[in-house]
Amino acid sequence: MERIYLDYAATTPTHPEVVKAMQPYFYDKFGNASSLYSFGQEAKAALEESRQKVADFIGAKPEEIVFTSGGSESNNTALKGVAFALRGKGNRIITSVVEHHAVGEPGKFLAKEGFEIITLPVDSNGLVDPDAVRKALNDKTILVSIMHANNEIGTIQPITEMGRICREKGVLFHTDAVQAVGHLPTMVSELTVDLLSASGHKFYGPKGVGFLYIRRGTKIKPLIQGGDQERRFRAGTENTAGIVGLAKAVEIAAVEMEEEGKKLTQLRDALIKGILKAVPDSRLNGHPAQRLPNNVNISFAYVEGESMLLNLDLEGIAVSTGSACTSSSLEPSSVLLAIGLPAESAHGSIRFTLGKWTTQAHVDRVLDIFPKIVAKLRAMSPLYPGDK
Amino acid sequence: MAETPFPYSETVMDHFRNPRNVGVMENPSGVGKVGNPICGDVMELFIKVENNIITDTRFRTFGCGAAIATSSMVTELVKGKSLEEALKISNKAVAEALGGLPPIKMHCSVLAEEALKAAIDDYRKKQTVK
Ligand code: FES
Repeated sequence: MERIYLDYAATTPTHPEVVKAMQPYFYDKFGNASSLYSFGQEAKAALEESRQKVADFIGAKPEEIVFTSGGSESNNTALKGVAFALRGKGNRIITSVVEHHAVGEPGKFLAKEGFEIITLPVDSNGLVDPDAVRKALNDKTILVSIMHANNEIGTIQPITEMGRICREKGVLFHTDAVQAVGHLPTMVSELTVDLLSASGHKFYGPKGVGFLYIRRGTKIKPLIQGGDQERRFRAGTENTAGIVGLAKAVEIAAVEMEEEGKKLTQLRDALIKGILKAVPDSRLNGHPAQRLPNNVNISFAYVEGESMLLNLDLEGIAVSTGSACTSSSLEPSSVLLAIGLPAESAHGSIRFTLGKWTTQAHVDRVLDIFPKIVAKLRAMSPLYPGDK
Repeated sequence: MAETPFPYSETVMDHFRNPRNVGVMENPSGVGKVGNPICGDVMELFIKVENNIITDTRFRTFGCGAAIATSSMVTELVKGKSLEEALKISNKAVAEALGGLPPIKMHCSVLAEEALKAAIDDYRKKQTVK
């Protein structure tokens, strides 16, 4: 049975070209970039070349790129780093209800440290209202953090609009662009952001590496101390192989992203249309148009997500769900609740995320199998009123 | 979003794939419908009772893999048992019969135990009314 991976938003396979680019940096060029002899210098050179590539990709300067261990570290650094650097200036931080936990949890932590965290709501499509950002700004506001594209429902926020509002008021603006970088244009000047988080493994790079863009002049404290690496923004021997892999992923994205986006949008829409048509009582979650090219999130009434996920897995198809039954808290997805879904609908949601190696044949197979799975589960559901 | 599909035992997966006694029963002797307050799932259990013995069972469940498997298992375990014997079946016994459940999934087996109790209760109530 051919296995079909439709969970690219969770992680992507590492592109074979990326693996190839990384290879020399494990054994031949293993040096520590901080060392002065040639072993170190070749690592250093690879590091700086990678930094240049990443910077070019988002329209930044190399010294504005700090390599990290991934999206979670970038987000934590942005929030805590700015909060502690600007503590004397104010204590209000504005964020939204649909942020990833890597922003939400640092927010809760900072709230305990005496910061005032304003969590903006979203509309039924998952959009934050830029006007709500404007209204929430006061002279105590030190940071606004709104994610670029949502990992669950794929909704793309009007980042530029919010960025301009913040810039005008002189407030720092961070965006968690983990789902966007490598998939959508993310030029920092266009977005008007001061900080931007990205993660390698979400766009065919390796796991364990990401970056934080820090606009020149932004006051920020490091999260990890104990060395002069990354211009003291982030201590620790650089993950040379990972960083080289990240840069390679960026290079590939620069060439392929646009075409890939078009292809995925088509497949995405075919999948959405096909499912909504074949399965009664199903609804699309997230913005119908302003969404990631690879994201499909649908709720199915009367059935629970984990049981759909397991049935799909038995057919070799990998997806994810917002069901309470699969979350460690046994609460349904907070993002789905935030867009106004009743708990049962959140419980019955499935997310398919497509990627570089997804084909029309994969979509067809899902369309063939999935409606039968839903029908089978509905037949055993006490909530199901029967076929209409 | 979903962290993992839970690593289930073979028996759990067997009952999940081919649940026994699924459906609605015509003229049941007792029905128990319970909701799981923890994660919001629902189970409905039907029993047929003759001479104090449970002779047939049916169930419908809205819930995770463990909830479906425990429902299916409980419908098997109680068949042929007297009401008193059936009431002694604990959620732990159901989980054991399934070759164990991941700790985070133990609450799903409580649903099965409660549905069974509710069905027997319902039967007994109907008896006293008569
Ligand atoms: S029924 Fe929800 S976790 Fe089992």
